[in-house]
Amino acid sequence: MAQADGAETGTAVERHEHAPRAAGVAVVSDDRVQNPGFPPYRPRVSDIDPVKERQNERRVFWLFLASMIGSVFAVVAYIVFPIHEGDMDSVRLNNLFLGLGFALGLLGIGFGAVHWSKSLMDGHDLVEQRHETRGKPETVARASEIFTLGNKESGFTRRKLIRNGLLGALVLAPLSAIVIFRDFAPAEDPVKLLKHTLWEKGTRLARDPNGIPIKASDVTIGSVFHVIPENLHESDHPLEEKAKAAVLLMRLDPADLHVSEERKDWNFRGIVAYSKICTHVGCPVALYEQQTHHLLCPCHQSQFDITREAEVIFGPAKRPLPQLPITVDEEGYLVAQSDFHEPVGPSFWERSL
Amino acid sequence: MATFAHRNRRSGRRSPLTSAALLLIGLLATGGAYAAFTATSSADAASQTQVTKLTEEGEKLFAANCASCHGLQAEGTEDAPTLIGVGAASVDFQVGTGRMPMAASGPQAEQKPVQFTEEQIAALATWVASLGPGPAIPDERYLQGDGDLAVGAELFRINCAMCHNVAGAGGALTQGKFAPGVVGVSAKHVYEAMITGPQNMPVFNDANISPEDKSAIITYLQYLETSTSPGGLELGSLGPVSEGLFIWIFALGGIVAITVWLTAKSN
Repeated sequence: MAQADGAETGTAVERHEHAPRAAGVAVVSDDRVQNPGFPPYRPRVSDIDPVKERQNERRVFWLFLASMIGSVFAVVAYIVFPIHEGDMDSVRLNNLFLGLGFALGLLGIGFGAVHWSKSLMDGHDLVEQRHETRGKPETVARASEIFTLGNKESGFTRRKLIRNGLLGALVLAPLSAIVIFRDFAPAEDPVKLLKHTLWEKGTRLARDPNGIPIKASDVTIGSVFHVIPENLHESDHPLEEKAKAAVLLMRLDPADLHVSEERKDWNFRGIVAYSKICTHVGCPVALYEQQTHHLLCPCHQSQFDITREAEVIFGPAKRPLPQLPITVDEEGYLVAQSDFHEPVGPSFWERSL
Repeated sequence: MATFAHRNRRSGRRSPLTSAALLLIGLLATGGAYAAFTATSSADAASQTQVTKLTEEGEKLFAANCASCHGLQAEGTEDAPTLIGVGAASVDFQVGTGRMPMAASGPQAEQKPVQFTEEQIAALATWVASLGPGPAIPDERYLQGDGDLAVGAELFRINCAMCHNVAGAGGALTQGKFAPGVVGVSAKHVYEAMITGPQNMPVFNDANISPEDKSAIITYLQYLETSTSPGGLELGSLGPVSEGLFIWIFALGGIVAITVWLTAKSN
């Protein structure tokens, strides 16, 4: 039982005695929180009532028994609900019952052990003091003795040439690693890759995913097309190129478009093409509302107004979506006039805008 | 039979019964064909009168139920757009899903119990379709759900999933608008929504997604409807929102409860 009255280490109350003070001496009040010590010992029902003690003993056993049942159930469930290839229902049942069995098996042991210790094991409170960080004086002395001996035998401080040679070798050794790891970076200038996409003058706009080029007459008012460059599938890295070149094509009533002077020939009779890569962090912006002409990014709710050249009207995006200048070729297919006039997607250090 | 054939060959003449039989066959064929033709033309005439009747009934229904917003000749008013040229498909979708007539103006017309019978909807659709050319009610053969499932799933992910959720559970748009869930919607209404672009949904015309591809998308939606979720509880298929909420409340709540129990003193 707890020794709540003494001051022996590891057990009980620490007392903070005040030194006796002369009258008239200014006192800085000691506002350190006083250790209140342990609350008075209160016996548990299982300490007092043998019936309750027996009851708790049985409860602990029931918990361990539940664990046994769970473990056996897991084995049985694994055999009774096997996984049939291609049948998702069987996977679900297998996972469900196996998981329930494991959970019961492990939680039963844990809960049983905790209940045992809380209700039946000796219930007194105790304090364990932290160990001092500093070693014992003899340990410290022995360690410094080893260092001194090592220095004496090797001559580390005496033979300066060897010591400086070793330091030099240690400094130079990681240099080779720097050269090797530097080569993991892109061989090409990454800034150039960020600034250009697959679009160039005359590239046809094609449907995602099948790559069939789009005629201007296919795009009726209110339509939206998910667009890739026609030559995307022939490129060396189609997915990387698609991540930059993806475009959303929409047709609005030309009267709804507010076109600035320098972009007046970038649309074709109300058909406009904008980069699908959000200027905030690069999510695909494709939630187009054909009555409000708002384009919503699903990740952080940035909204772009397509009637006003995709200017940001809400959300964290800072710049409008880059517009792809388009026109039609002699066969009536929509083609790009050039690449985007600015880098697509989110900001990066070397971006000038 | 053998003796009959033998005798026939020997005499070299047709049996007198043959002529009578031929005559009978000829008469029957002519009469039958005539009867069939007259039946067809009368059926044509009947369906023509049927259409006229539907159109007239549709016009009356329109004047009684829709004209206050869309105008008496569906020319549109300040409150509602013109319906000239929206086609039968648009009417069948909007009225057939209960979106029209609207109960109250709001961010968008929401689905509610259908207000008209099948015949009344058909009448309204026929009258509106007679005002100007527009998308017609889709052909039954594209609504069977027998398209290419894999193609349908890919097209759905590219063209539809950003608004309607990859599991077709729907999602939020701006300022109170939302894309409704599309699992469990009838194939006809899904098809009509694609070709007409109701409300803020863009149009996916046949040049963009061919009728076969639309049929494939419908196949994918029907697959979503019938297949069970391998992960157990779907929690609305809303992804991290509902799953995160579930984990915050139940998993973290459970951990907190166990921690409290662990550190509480036994009495």
